[in-house]
Amino acid sequence: MSQLFSNANKQVFMAPLNLDHPILIQVLGICSALAVTAQLEPAIVMGLSVTVITAFSNVIISLIRKTIPNRIRIIIQLVVVAALVTIVSMILKAFAYDVSVKLSVYVGLIITNCILMGRLEAFAMMNGPWESFLDGVGNGLGYAYILVIIGAVREFFGAGTLLGITIIPQSAYDAGYVNNGMMTMPAMAMILLGCVIWAHRAINKEGTK
Amino acid sequence: MEHSLSLFVRSIFVDNMIFASFLGMCSYLAVSKNVKTSLGLGIAVTFVLLVTVPVDYLLQTKILAEDGIFGIDLTYLSFILFIAVIAGIVQLVEMVVERFSPALYSALGIFLPLIAVNCAIMGASLFMQQRIQMDPATSSQAIGSIGDCFVYALSSGIGWTLAIVALAAIREKMAYTDVPRPLQGLGITFITVGLMAMAFMCFSGLSI
Amino acid sequence: MKINTNSNTYTILYACGVVIIVAFLLAYVSSALKAPSEANERIDQQKQILASLNLRPDKKDVEAKFKEVVVADPIVDTTGAELKADGGFNVARKEIAATNLPVYVCNVDGETKYVLPLVGKGLWGTIWGYLAINDDCETIYGAYFSHESETAGLGALIADQPFQDKFKGKKIHDGAGNYLKVVKFGAKQDNPDIECDGISGATLTINGVSSMLHDYLKMYQNYLLSKKK
Repeated sequence: MSQLFSNANKQVFMAPLNLDHPILIQVLGICSALAVTAQLEPAIVMGLSVTVITAFSNVIISLIRKTIPNRIRIIIQLVVVAALVTIVSMILKAFAYDVSVKLSVYVGLIITNCILMGRLEAFAMMNGPWESFLDGVGNGLGYAYILVIIGAVREFFGAGTLLGITIIPQSAYDAGYVNNGMMTMPAMAMILLGCVIWAHRAINKEGTK
Repeated sequence: MEHSLSLFVRSIFVDNMIFASFLGMCSYLAVSKNVKTSLGLGIAVTFVLLVTVPVDYLLQTKILAEDGIFGIDLTYLSFILFIAVIAGIVQLVEMVVERFSPALYSALGIFLPLIAVNCAIMGASLFMQQRIQMDPATSSQAIGSIGDCFVYALSSGIGWTLAIVALAAIREKMAYTDVPRPLQGLGITFITVGLMAMAFMCFSGLSI
Repeated sequence: MKINTNSNTYTILYACGVVIIVAFLLAYVSSALKAPSEANERIDQQKQILASLNLRPDKKDVEAKFKEVVVADPIVDTTGAELKADGGFNVARKEIAATNLPVYVCNVDGETKYVLPLVGKGLWGTIWGYLAINDDCETIYGAYFSHESETAGLGALIADQPFQDKFKGKKIHDGAGNYLKVVKFGAKQDNPDIECDGISGATLTINGVSSMLHDYLKMYQNYLLSKKK
């Protein structure tokens, strides 16, 4: 048991949450990070879906890594990812229909999310299942928390709500406060992400350049 | 004809892949450092789109759909088939271009394999799949025929190329400006793209 | 025994194996989840119809409520003749036409209401809605609208309750050939009975709603006349 949570494994899990962050440092998986963050709920669902898919595809590829013929390696990885994504999208359609409508094509686009292919190629092909699982969860969560931050900011300022529950009191609107409709537009997602990257780099003093 | 024209203009400006649906951001950010290479990538993306979207359209309507040749609803295989088609066609295009036009190959060379995992390609196919359901009579986004697919693929590709060339031109100039250190590189690029997206929002009043 | 993972035979067999496993897995999951996901689509449509009747039950109660409220779903044509006694619910939005018009005959608290589906063209894509009409066949009981891709924060507001509530109590026409319409936000209303306040900044979407109302109320006119008491 102690081996399962050794320092090296902890490192594998923690690195993508901060210093080796997939979005902020490696610039992977931007597409969906921006498109689904107009509200908090789809952002959370998307983050969780990506975490689950990254973790499981990492485990599967890591389990079969020694048997995969080198020449069709990428195709096999794509097929495994595509199968997992299809399953997740069917589960969403069956149990979270409203969110799956909001996510529309972006669930399918998890397949081409560079985080997944990047982790499979760079990590799961060379490491055991347990490390790969941790790496997948770490990367997925690293991705998810950026989505949640941006989703929360956009929904709060754009609609005055969080998860659909009104946060800003009516008295504030009566006093002349207006929702910033700009926040729900795609453009603001980019600017917000730029600001998050700015903050992250300023805090880490570019120690990881 | 009117529908094709409005689909064309709309896909370039209003539903721009980058500014409205964030498709293909990874390579968009990575390759937009100078105008010449970004133009090359843009052309490659357009080219691959022009092949994959119509092929995926035929797959979707003739094989996967409930009224296709198997008579059963196979839509659950669409993700796998689409990605396989894209990966296969990218390989094929790479080989054909290498064989017949070495000059173009050396210009596009490094970009072609990258395109297989470019979300813009997969995204275009998935959007196409969604828009088959729409009614061309009431929606200018609808894709009702293979002709619409070509129009959609071409215009999306042009829109993507336009966006990446514009960003590359701005970044070339920006290399000489004094940006706060933590914001340098990625941060400022995002903010620039955001401002460009705002400018593109002006087109959203466009109606044909 | 060491298998050569780079030989052609191995590669082909491996690829086939993976494809077969994945195809079966997906087919299994898809058939297992088909029922709930189709139910979701059905519930979504029922929810929209109920919303036009000012009923917004929780998701789990939608089906029961729908069964309780909707008495019949005949298909009619523009002459007002009833073509089929039921099956209107299964008419896809794309298939609604002059000779294929679904109607939902509903019973809310003992009163008969007619719910008419509407389909039209907004600024960006299809818009649709349901209009609930009292049994005098003139007064609007409630309305529901939704859209494919109208601008968020502007045209998309037609899907919100405050806009839809503005329709309550309006008349579908004034008897002089003018149908219910939506006017510019804040504009002076010459005929408040058949004019409804619009949304600021969403004039093009609103025009779409108006012409959708005009087209469909015209098509349903004969049916409504035949039901008039």
